[in-house]
Amino acid sequence: MNEILTAEHLNKYFHEPEDFQVLKDVSLSVKKGEFVSLIGKSGSGKSTLLYLLSTLDTDYEGTITINGTTVTGQTQNDLAKFRNENLGFVFQFHYLLPEFTVLQNVMMPARKLGKYGLREIEAKAIEKLKLMEMDAFAAKPSGKLSGGQQQRVAIARALINDPIIIMADEPTGNLDSLNAKIVFDIFDDLARNKGNTIITVTHDTDFARQADRIIELKDGRLLQ
Amino acid sequence: MLRDVNLDISKTHLVSKKKQTIVAILGVTFGIAMFILMISFMDGVNQYIEDTMLEATPDIHIFNDVKTDYAHSIANDYFRDSNKLVTVLHPKPKEITLNIKNAEGIIADIRRNRDVVAVSPLLSTQVFYNYGPVQINGYINGVNITEETRLSNLEKKMTEGKAEDLLASDNGIIMGKGLAKKLNVKTGDLVSLTTPSGSTMRFRITGLFQIGMGAIDNVKSYVNLSSVQQLLNKDRSYITDINVKLKNNKTAKSKAASMAKKYGYRSDDWQTINAAAMAGTFIRNMLTYVVSFTLLVVAGFGIYNIMNMSITNKMKDIAILKAQGFARRDIVQIFLSQSLFIGFIGAMAGILLGFILSYMLSRVPFPDNDEISWKYFPVLFRPVYYIFAMVFGMLTTFFAGLAPSVKASRIDPVIILRG
Repeated sequence: MNEILTAEHLNKYFHEPEDFQVLKDVSLSVKKGEFVSLIGKSGSGKSTLLYLLSTLDTDYEGTITINGTTVTGQTQNDLAKFRNENLGFVFQFHYLLPEFTVLQNVMMPARKLGKYGLREIEAKAIEKLKLMEMDAFAAKPSGKLSGGQQQRVAIARALINDPIIIMADEPTGNLDSLNAKIVFDIFDDLARNKGNTIITVTHDTDFARQADRIIELKDGRLLQ
Repeated sequence: MLRDVNLDISKTHLVSKKKQTIVAILGVTFGIAMFILMISFMDGVNQYIEDTMLEATPDIHIFNDVKTDYAHSIANDYFRDSNKLVTVLHPKPKEITLNIKNAEGIIADIRRNRDVVAVSPLLSTQVFYNYGPVQINGYINGVNITEETRLSNLEKKMTEGKAEDLLASDNGIIMGKGLAKKLNVKTGDLVSLTTPSGSTMRFRITGLFQIGMGAIDNVKSYVNLSSVQQLLNKDRSYITDINVKLKNNKTAKSKAASMAKKYGYRSDDWQTINAAAMAGTFIRNMLTYVVSFTLLVVAGFGIYNIMNMSITNKMKDIAILKAQGFARRDIVQIFLSQSLFIGFIGAMAGILLGFILSYMLSRVPFPDNDEISWKYFPVLFRPVYYIFAMVFGMLTTFFAGLAPSVKASRIDPVIILRG
């Protein structure tokens, strides 16, 4: 049993603009070190599923267990702490804080965690940036970077607390093909060589194909 | 560490929008400064009025009130017959004497009271002041000057001569400064006083006093009690008023009531005598607080607005912070601390500015005026105003920042992050 994430019988409803069931009895599990792609047409519920798994969305039926912890039913504050410790996020847009430098952005989740001193965190952040080949830009304001560079910084930020799962929502969706390729390779490297667990939502079939496993959703149900 | 990173974000937000931050701070600064200036000045005015008008009046004033009771006529006594109906049309009031009977006994009795500091008998009459062809209407108070000085701080109000000089001179008079100016007389000059009944006496000026209110300084003089008794052709026991000073003037109301009951004469406490002045004080205080409160609330709305705008601009930042594990209270801390910082710096600057403005106002000469003798604008410097302003400023900014901060903490990251 090296399953790191288990979801059982997830049902999710939207009530606006009218009652609508987005996810219908979805169950899945992800093993440690696995690279999973969630694909499906627009409106299939793939992003919704990711946000349930990431604990950001708590309005659902069913249970989700991550690394032995049942996250379903926990308070928002506990979940915030849980995400900080265990999950890394990469979104379609980079969402870097524009007033801060690249380095400060990467350090932020670790400072929130407060497990290490400022010096150690800084060293770790530089190390993660090196991994993304972005260490040369550490002192720059994050707003001064190109889209591809910003996304790489965002990935470095996702890695800073050594999360057990990286959750990505269309990480290449807003990038040109060259930068998308770079991000592909980074994810590939993280999964194959660094042993990270990755769950990513994508509509890019090339990207999806690199994954260990593809999970396709259609009308809120898993196709397997 | 946890607090550290929140404050770091808060600081960065403030610094990255310097102009906005400074405008918000200035709003609080002016609010606080005006609050301090207004309250210092208004309380200065109130304090002055209390010091002059209220100190010039005794704590308790006992006197024989004019009774306008025409129901009884001596005709009834004259035609003592129950079968006759006696009607007197349009009766004239009988001659009444306004003196207090057994004044000596009453004074001695009051003096035995342990809460009493001073008791001063008084005989007052209207007079015309004559000096050459000049004739001015006013009044004189015949007093025992030793008792009167203890009662009314007269010694401090003397601008020329000493209060006790009155004892040494035969027919001395201590005159209001404004009155002396009108008559163009100096210490040592003789003035003649004429009573309404026509008797005249000459007095030598031994000193001048200035209370600071034109209403008193331009009409009032002090002479020895015996001089007035002589002027009015009355005996040595004839007095019309008794003034009392208490250890604690807060007890005046109840004391006055008990004295009225005991001696059978009307007794007014200082609050009743100065009801109009007290109402003025109350209205000024009210005005000060209303205006200051409005200023601070306006500053508060400014902060509320800026915080709201800032939070709307930072929806994405807030969403990603929450995704990364910042809890609701962290978000509240980040934004509320910005508001409190603005409040703190604004209040500190406001206190400084308020002090500078108050100080400047206290150095501005007051226009020369017969009615009020102010050299400068009266301004009080009391630490309590500054403490109050600080607390008030911080509270305003706290509440102004609270609603937007809580709103920020309630942002659902999913909605924002999904785009």
